[in-house]
Amino acid sequence: MRQILECKNLTKSFGSVKALDSVNLNIERGRIVGLLGPNGSGKSTFLKICNELLTPSSGEVRIGGFKPGLESKKIVSYLPEKSYLNDWMRVSEIIGFFKDFYSDFSEKKAYDMLKSLNIDANCKLKTLSKGTKEKVQLILVMSRRAELYLLDEPIGGVDPAARDYILDTILKNYSEDATIILSTHLIADIEKILDDIVFLKNGQVALTKSVDDIRDEYGKSVDALFREVFRCYEN
Amino acid sequence: MPWEIKSDRPIYTQLIEQIELKICSGEYSPGSKLPSVRELAQEISVNPNTLQRSFAKLEEDGLLFTNRTSGRFVTEDINMICSIKSKIAKEHVQQFLENMKKLGFETAEILKMLKTMLEEMKK
Repeated sequence: MRQILECKNLTKSFGSVKALDSVNLNIERGRIVGLLGPNGSGKSTFLKICNELLTPSSGEVRIGGFKPGLESKKIVSYLPEKSYLNDWMRVSEIIGFFKDFYSDFSEKKAYDMLKSLNIDANCKLKTLSKGTKEKVQLILVMSRRAELYLLDEPIGGVDPAARDYILDTILKNYSEDATIILSTHLIADIEKILDDIVFLKNGQVALTKSVDDIRDEYGKSVDALFREVFRCYEN
Repeated sequence: MPWEIKSDRPIYTQLIEQIELKICSGEYSPGSKLPSVRELAQEISVNPNTLQRSFAKLEEDGLLFTNRTSGRFVTEDINMICSIKSKIAKEHVQQFLENMKKLGFETAEILKMLKTMLEEMKK
């Protein structure tokens, strides 16, 4: 089975607002996919539905053939937009936590990454800066050997040097059969590592294409195309 | 020679050009073994699938070959490397001439300027 994620007419309404509007998507294994769109285009809503934090109003999403739930969570490693980790815990304790929760979690990988980013595992989470906390979260998520990684804004709050390291980490740690879907605004920084992009606009899929096809057809980077497609006009 | 990926053209064509350049310059010498897709993709910070695609094209062109058990190698065919070299050189010269024409230089002037610059560089 080549597909890891499949979504049919996925719709999510909040009152009269459609956060997702009949989204159809098929995502293959072994790809790195950028989920791109302006604020409020439905990126986080989509990722939350895939992780059963929200339920669809209509339509469905299947991950490895499963609806979001216990079975899908075994193969999905999710980085949410907000931290859910306990502030009072030490980094090492949280690592123990993850080890207990996920059978595919590699403690060694986590400690190796902490070391390369000079993060002391004995620190309590609340003593760390915002950026460092984000790094810890991403390390935890990438230390699992999952089939699908869903990363909601993985590089938003970290400095450019750490951003490079994180991108390297992503490239290094994903296995060839695994797929990564990541949402971000920082397109220029990540487009080199993407296979495909999905543009979301007002809850609808505006475009899905490979990065090189975009550069070929439009003669510009994904970042430049994004700025054009989503230009904010003065009324 | 560091890797440089520009933003306006497909990444896989840029990778092809830069690998060709590294082969011509001898950084990847004839018959030598190349790093694995994974290693190299990480070094350049590009998607491994993209690099794989570039390798496939270079193999099709005959500049690289794969030995199923031991990895991917640069061709030992010196003639082929030379022809790639002259292809790239021609492109550079063509670009140069076009730019000079845009600036309004005539052939004689271009030649004269080239000569003087070359003389100066010798010193």
